[in-house]
Amino acid sequence: MTGYILKRLVSAIPVLLGITIIVFLIMAMIPGDPATAILGSYATPENVEKLNRDLGLDKPLFQQYIIWLGNMLTGDFGTSFALNRPVLDEVLERFNGTLVLAGTAFVLCSFLGVVAGVVSAANQYGAADKVITFVVLLGISIPSFFLGMMMILFFAVNLRWFPVSGMWPIYGDRTIGVLLSHLAMPATALAVVATGVIARLSRSAMLEVLRQDFIRTARAKGVHERGVIWRHALKAAMVSILPVLGIQAGFVLSGAVYIEIVFQWPGVGRMLVDAILKRDILLVQGGVVFVAACYVMFNIAVDVAQSLLDPRIKT
Amino acid sequence: MSLFHVTRRSLMATGTALALTFGAFAGAQAQTPPGVLIVGQIAEPKALDPAAVTAVNDFRILMNVYDGLVRYKDGTLEVEPALAESWEISEDGTVYTFKLRDGITFHDGSAFNAEAVKFNFDRMLNEEHPYHDTGPFPLAFFFSSVESTEVVDDLTVRFTLNGPYAPFLSNLAYPTGLIVSPAAVEQHGADFGRNPSGTGPFTFGEWRSNEAVVIEANPDYWDGAPKLQAVVFRPITDANTRTAEMLAGGIDLMVEVPPVALSEFQGDAYTVHEQAGPHVWFLILNAKEGPFADVRVRQAANFAVNKEALVNDVLEGTAAVAAGPTPPAFAWAYNPDLEPYPYDPEKARALIAEAGAEGAQLTFFVTEGGSGMLDPIAMGTAIQADLEAVGFDVTIETYEWNTFLGEVNPGLEGKADIAEMAWMTNDPDTLPFLALRTEAWPDQGGFNSGYYSNPEVDALLEAARVATDQDERARLYKEMQVIVQEDAPWVFVANWKQNAVTSDKVENFALQPSFFLLLDEVVKN
Repeated sequence: MTGYILKRLVSAIPVLLGITIIVFLIMAMIPGDPATAILGSYATPENVEKLNRDLGLDKPLFQQYIIWLGNMLTGDFGTSFALNRPVLDEVLERFNGTLVLAGTAFVLCSFLGVVAGVVSAANQYGAADKVITFVVLLGISIPSFFLGMMMILFFAVNLRWFPVSGMWPIYGDRTIGVLLSHLAMPATALAVVATGVIARLSRSAMLEVLRQDFIRTARAKGVHERGVIWRHALKAAMVSILPVLGIQAGFVLSGAVYIEIVFQWPGVGRMLVDAILKRDILLVQGGVVFVAACYVMFNIAVDVAQSLLDPRIKT
Repeated sequence: MSLFHVTRRSLMATGTALALTFGAFAGAQAQTPPGVLIVGQIAEPKALDPAAVTAVNDFRILMNVYDGLVRYKDGTLEVEPALAESWEISEDGTVYTFKLRDGITFHDGSAFNAEAVKFNFDRMLNEEHPYHDTGPFPLAFFFSSVESTEVVDDLTVRFTLNGPYAPFLSNLAYPTGLIVSPAAVEQHGADFGRNPSGTGPFTFGEWRSNEAVVIEANPDYWDGAPKLQAVVFRPITDANTRTAEMLAGGIDLMVEVPPVALSEFQGDAYTVHEQAGPHVWFLILNAKEGPFADVRVRQAANFAVNKEALVNDVLEGTAAVAAGPTPPAFAWAYNPDLEPYPYDPEKARALIAEAGAEGAQLTFFVTEGGSGMLDPIAMGTAIQADLEAVGFDVTIETYEWNTFLGEVNPGLEGKADIAEMAWMTNDPDTLPFLALRTEAWPDQGGFNSGYYSNPEVDALLEAARVATDQDERARLYKEMQVIVQEDAPWVFVANWKQNAVTSDKVENFALQPSFFLLLDEVVKN
């Protein structure tokens, strides 16, 4: 097992290197440069040239890349042009925000999705199945940013149950309760689509398993229905549900961008959008590399978990 | 079925638990405290160092923490004394001597004096200065005419310019000219932008990244202590979310209200503020080649575009129709006799026929957004329809803002006939000097992307820049506006009115034509 993990980790290195090259090239190729973005109306060629020199952007591309990569390997991601603070500080702080939001949403959608899928499958074509299928399809069909805006309008502006935006209030103590009141709407809006997808796929995974012989054996030997479904069938179905959860985790993480913008959540997605619009090259590069690294690690973790669950998957 | 029964129960239990956890905090939304004004800003500031920033968003905070030598008189764009009590300008307009106010200290306790002023300008302009590396200072070129800054005595400072340059005083009133504490720069170096110290009505409190910048009242302010205890600036990038925060009572003052959201604030609980600013939205016409090389076709475009409909319908009344290249907010330099081109498609068609440009194919560069561009796509399509109605064949090409600038600033030749553009400036000199002179063609480093050229206009602008008497400058600018309107190098479209909404707890608030946010007189109940 250790060997397998190690092998997967080593194979991640070229992937990450490739990502640094791609993100660097994209930022170098897109039109518009940070100096023009900073200077706005005053971007005369002379001013742009001087500012680019001050920002260290006048060196040849290859040299810039090597310097950037070298610095990054020593933990120095550079300083953001637009925010005037170390890229790594900003990315870590923002990533923390995204983790809280996406983590909550992921727990929410995994739990609700799997439960809904199992209940659907156990009552195939029954009333519960129909209700769940309807709700789930509705959830999948609503874009999360629209749902978020409607939630703000209804629960924050009209009912005033929850704060409109942000992660913390301007004043007052930072308790877990306060955080939850800020989290409730964005986490729910973010979880809805993924919940639907997980529910649909859990349902079909369960149906497949329920048709198999060992389920009949379990029933025949007198295991009560709850045990058959939740202990025997769900455990077997988890092998195919787990990769779905892995994919949805990625989906939740990237879907967080919209939610972070709508709810003004201090997360890494909103940071990247702002940074791209401002041509804040180092922040975009550092942010993307960091997120990609996390994504790669997460995928490795899912694969490892899967191989632990199913001995047939070769390690 | 028994299975569903059990599960339904557990589901309901889970749901109830969730609702309780979240619901326990429902209704506990604190009202904003009295004496503390919460401002909904449009973005996270870059830094609180006036020499290092370029965005209006940052200026809104800075103007309350710092003072300049001079400032704009309340409600105008005319310069009055601030940290300088008085000043003298030499006959030839190249030497400015400022007498400084006595007994003023920075928030960090160090003294404000002539040395401090010299430190500020040397830091920006002199690459040898020990703290020049606390930059970059992108707008330092506002003071590129300054050859030297001398300390005459403790309270007298003298600027020597490399030639007469009339906009110097209004550039000093711009945020780039705000005076920072040298002691604080020496202490914090490149981190000064997060540890600011000035002489203004508010002192810096704290900066929580992506959440809030807090400034607190300076009870010893030389121009009278502010009425508020503190101001909190919250960055809320999305305009819909900002509107929702205002409606839910999470902020007391909201800037840059989207036109479509204004109707939400019509009740007694809110006040909508409007103020025309030094902004002009126009279409650059390519006067070098194609149909717009003919002045009659350029005039025809001005007659063809229905500007009233644009400002009233597309912009919902958040802008006024522009008459010429200079916004009316520059009251002293604006020519009030100028009438906007009327909407007259018949006349436009006649002029086009006269010039033989019927059915001309035009390429129109439109941007997706950008500073001061208002609602560029909707405006672009409306303008396209107006131009097609008089017989042009218009193709729109849309670009993201930075890409757009990269296409337009180097000049329209060979690429387009029309491009959208907007400028916001602090002096009537800036825009025409950078965008209408012959020497401001793109190949010479200017912004005259449509290649307009009229020696008369060039001469007037050169003369206005070296005249130190304001009345004389005003006369020259007014004459320039008449000629430029007639020559029609642009389609003059709109002057934006900045807006803001305050809740009924806020009193004494007024927007400034400079687009700065001045909060020392504001009261919050």
